[in-house]
Amino acid sequence: MTDIIIHCLVALLIPPLLLGVIAKTKAAFAGRVGAPYLQPYYDLYKLLRKGSVFSETTTWVFRAGPIVTLAATLIAALLVPLGRHASPISFSGDMILFAYLFGLSRFFTTIAALDTGSSFEGMGAAREVTFSCLTEPTLFFALITLARMSKSLNLSTILTHPSPTAWLADGASMLLLAAALFITLLAENSRIPFDDPNTHLELTMIHEVMVLDHSGPAFGIILYGAALKLFVLGAVFINVALPIATGNALADWGIFIVAMLGLAMTIGVVESVMARLRLVRIPQLLVGATILSAFAMLLVLR
Amino acid sequence: MTVFADQLLVLVMLINLVMLGSSRLIFSIRAVAVQGVILGILPGLIHPFSYHLAGITIGIILAKGVIIPYLISNAVRKAHIRREVEPFLGYVPTLLLGAVFTALAFVFAEKLPLAPEHRDLLFVPASIATLLIGFLLLTTRRKAISQVIGYLVMENGIFVFGLLLTEAMPVMVEAGALLDLLVGIFVMGIVINHISQEFSSIDTSRLRTLKEE
Repeated sequence: MTDIIIHCLVALLIPPLLLGVIAKTKAAFAGRVGAPYLQPYYDLYKLLRKGSVFSETTTWVFRAGPIVTLAATLIAALLVPLGRHASPISFSGDMILFAYLFGLSRFFTTIAALDTGSSFEGMGAAREVTFSCLTEPTLFFALITLARMSKSLNLSTILTHPSPTAWLADGASMLLLAAALFITLLAENSRIPFDDPNTHLELTMIHEVMVLDHSGPAFGIILYGAALKLFVLGAVFINVALPIATGNALADWGIFIVAMLGLAMTIGVVESVMARLRLVRIPQLLVGATILSAFAMLLVLR
Repeated sequence: MTVFADQLLVLVMLINLVMLGSSRLIFSIRAVAVQGVILGILPGLIHPFSYHLAGITIGIILAKGVIIPYLISNAVRKAHIRREVEPFLGYVPTLLLGAVFTALAFVFAEKLPLAPEHRDLLFVPASIATLLIGFLLLTTRRKAISQVIGYLVMENGIFVFGLLLTEAMPVMVEAGALLDLLVGIFVMGIVINHISQEFSSIDTSRLRTLKEE
């Protein structure tokens, strides 16, 4: 019971902090002081108090977009096990639901963007859908590989199965999986080198351009949903890459939170040292990630 | 030790895929050099120590990791080319084909009647996959230098297969193969230089027609 409460609290409260840590790391690399760690919380608070402006050309789809996106991501957050503890909701085959909850949230983000009738947002939607259909096989190959390793279709079992012994036994495929999942994490959350969350040039944006027309609370919900998505996919990555379990429930939660903050710092470092890829190179890297996870599956199936 | 050898073979197969996806020639040359060094380390992991083995390890690391990459990068520098522009088949299709070939190599290796002690190792699938990917590089790339790199990858594949037999193979045969390879690369380097001097391009697809002067 306490685990479920901690799960919900961690999943609800930590995500914006990750964005703060990423921003702080990037600021440190650039030699700036940077915004405080809690800045994303202030931003969310500010946005939630504001009024919204809705364009007259939009319909209910535009308003439903952010809400459905956040709801789907929240359910995904309930499905994923955090810090070696089983997730609150789990059933056999929930890995497919998990993958397609992201599909659902993406679908609503893109049709909300198309609903505005803006050509820029349509372009962003097209890009987002193109790249996501290249990341989806990576996630699926990774989940299938882990499912095969743990002989289960239950996301909780699949993701708590990796352990130091599994790393020793199948080191190569675990390493491939971790690399593929990290690339997926960066691509799905529109981070550099795939997309720049801070860009202000519509022509080069992917994810950010789709949410240009949202304002006030709706935009706050989108920001929070994006942070939550980073958190959920980050948790999947941490479960595979750092499978440390002490046995003590509270210590495990501590390790998990520290690992998530470490992951946020890693993302900050990656964003600081890498340049954005040219748009034509992105599919190549995404296909490369798919091949990595397919290769991991091949090694496990052998 | 064989577990470690398997991880290294996975690395070899990953380097194959990296080479299929990269367009920078210098990068491909370095990748092939790294692959050569890994191949040099491998015999030491699966066979007990002997002077023969030490000789092979040093010879391979020197030839595949230092001398051959040096010769090719020299040729690249003299011919003033950096990238493989417009291969016959794009990078993403070749990458996918490479992945399919790797998968097929695994399937094929399962079917081979291997000695029981070799059955569980990755050597045979890795060698077939490397061979096929070298072949893919040879056939899909336009520049003569990329084709030389493809040839090297193919040779590496054959070498991985030979690793299973290192004990049975006399030093002379080993040295002969390495020498052949060295001379081959040397000659190709010279030929590439001449091509680039004569035709101001080493695009092999333009070398189809014969010309008389």
